[in-house]
Amino acid sequence: MKKDIRFVQGNEAVVEAAMYADLDFFAGYPITPSTEIAELLAYRLPKKGGKFIQMEDELSSMCTIIGASLTGKKVMTATSGPGFSLKQEAIGFAVMTETPCVIVNVQRGGPSTGLPTSGSQGDVMQARWGTHGEHAIIALTASNNQDVFAITVDAFNLSETFRTPVILLLDEVVAHTRERLIMPKPGELNVVKRLRTSVPKGTDYHPYLPREDGRLPMSDFGGVHRYNVTGLAHDMWGFPSNNPKIVYGLMRHLVDKIQGHTKEVTRIKEFFIDDAEYLLISYGSSARTALHVVENRRARGERLGLLELQTLWPFPVDVVQERCASANCVMVVEMNMGQIFYEVKKAVADPQKVFLANQIDGSFITPTDILNILRIIQGKGA
Amino acid sequence: MAVKDYIRERFFPHIWCPGCGHGTIMGSMIRAIENLGIKKSDIVVISGIGCSSRICGYLDFHTLHTIHGRALAFATGVKLSRPELTVIVPMGDGDAFAIGGNHLIHSARRNIDVTAIIMNNNIYGMTGGQYSPSTRYGDLATTAPYGNIDQPFDFVKLALGAGASFVARTTTYHATSMIKILEKAITHKGFSVVDVLSQCPTYFGRKNKFASPVDMLKYYKSQTTPIGSEAKEKNPDLIERGIFAQEERPEYCVEYDKIIEKASQRKVTNGKV
Amino acid sequence: MTSKENKKPVINIEWCKGCGICVEFCPEDALVLNEMEKSKLVYPEKCNGCGMCELRCPDLAIELR
Repeated sequence: MKKDIRFVQGNEAVVEAAMYADLDFFAGYPITPSTEIAELLAYRLPKKGGKFIQMEDELSSMCTIIGASLTGKKVMTATSGPGFSLKQEAIGFAVMTETPCVIVNVQRGGPSTGLPTSGSQGDVMQARWGTHGEHAIIALTASNNQDVFAITVDAFNLSETFRTPVILLLDEVVAHTRERLIMPKPGELNVVKRLRTSVPKGTDYHPYLPREDGRLPMSDFGGVHRYNVTGLAHDMWGFPSNNPKIVYGLMRHLVDKIQGHTKEVTRIKEFFIDDAEYLLISYGSSARTALHVVENRRARGERLGLLELQTLWPFPVDVVQERCASANCVMVVEMNMGQIFYEVKKAVADPQKVFLANQIDGSFITPTDILNILRIIQGKGA
Repeated sequence: MAVKDYIRERFFPHIWCPGCGHGTIMGSMIRAIENLGIKKSDIVVISGIGCSSRICGYLDFHTLHTIHGRALAFATGVKLSRPELTVIVPMGDGDAFAIGGNHLIHSARRNIDVTAIIMNNNIYGMTGGQYSPSTRYGDLATTAPYGNIDQPFDFVKLALGAGASFVARTTTYHATSMIKILEKAITHKGFSVVDVLSQCPTYFGRKNKFASPVDMLKYYKSQTTPIGSEAKEKNPDLIERGIFAQEERPEYCVEYDKIIEKASQRKVTNGKV
Repeated sequence: MTSKENKKPVINIEWCKGCGICVEFCPEDALVLNEMEKSKLVYPEKCNGCGMCELRCPDLAIELR
């Protein structure tokens, strides 16, 4: 069977993947460098009876997709740093109400208006702690079109499985790099459908009562079950409660349902790790540079390895700890001032062997940026 | 069916203070829905944050209690993805016209078939009595201890200016006409805004020399007048009530169905291909 | 089926918060706040079944039956 090979931008891979995952509804607002996602979906969604709307701002876009998700639709929004900041309260509402949705944040230089057309990975901590209050979140990333496609489908699957918002943290480099994409055939990648309750009409349906397998079947707005959805702390029927027992149970549920399944949610790629003396840890577009350095040095017999993280949150502590155990030194490669860097430091037994190779000036991180740090580590001086 | 069939009785008596107008609005909403005979499972009530927004918990519909000011943005998502549902959005005056103002004017501009009910008590009640975009010049509030120097919006003019195709104003005193107006607003195929003057005896009333809820209703009775009445000509300060606009204009979900037809070359009704 | 005229307000004293709106605006003064600050149909014969008390009650505590 002939392969369907495309030559597309990362943003296009996100759109193809979202359609593959049966996206029904998109709300967005123009913002570099993610606008292409909105443009393409404005064209693609109505072709299959799906719906697109450009809202008055990123904040309302986030609210709109939550409303749509509650009626039984698979939903997505896409933005960049400034819009991601505006969406935080509503993302917290999606967490609290356990509403499946996918939020694509194509990172650009920050803070503020920053560097709209430059890549950066400065929003990693915002993806974790952007919204207020204790909570858990799933944040995924990828470094090339093929992986972006798979991880986007995964984002939808995880948001349905765990009934949670999933943040897809891309950056301008991946989003705007045009490269090959082999289109998976229908059925080739698993697509998780919306799990709806089987509780018949007239029987008491609990929107927030997990089954034994932890799944929380939903009931669409407009369906037979009428229930309440609120951002207030609530009981399993969805009605407000500030009873400490109920609140404790709710908070534990919201966090444990994700942190307790870190293994299931962890997505990584490994290159030459088994005997790696110097282990690079990277993600997103930076991982492309890191891989180049590793392959280049391996060709010269130097034992470098790369652990590429595709799941940033919940942070895969065990995997990182295990993979770093045998390495003499670990270098975290990212385009910020150290965000995953500190998570790795916390995860490993001997944090003093963890170093940071980074780039914060808006230009794409280069092999030289990494090799300069490697020289210092190897005692060869700058 | 009786009013009792539309509420979640186990949560009564409700949270609103003695004499607060919000309960009257809820009652009128229920009676309007009852008169229209809309099935409970076809109704979604979406509210923001504040005293007004606790209405969600009391009503036996699909209810969505969102975040402050953003109810209409959530409602846009619900309505656009399921146009066959009746979407009603009760909000407070601050909820709708302060933090939520941007979403209100854009919902009006789009003319999406949603009914916005402004439970307008000229105050932020839940947080203890601060002034709001409808608090008049000189009124007192906890954040206007020397008298409010803000000029209030005229919600009706603002909604009309933004393009709302159904705009009305009524008060909790005029309960019978409120029910009629809500019926028309809900059945109107387009964006409806109903500004309902609703008394807050606990904060606005006490701070502004209204001895009781009864006095506030007397004020609504004496200080409002039907649109274009002689009384209004004689005393321009009177607040006009009634239906200011009721026009048929392209409705957003209907228009989007046409896009789906164009894009997919297939017949579409109510968003279903 | 009781016709409109002899339908009388029945007051749910659990829900009534004694705001006095029904008492004040009853066209026939048939309602009074009792010593418990609850609305009471003291003069049923005066009541003309207009139902304004039911429609204006903020607590849904009045139903004409």
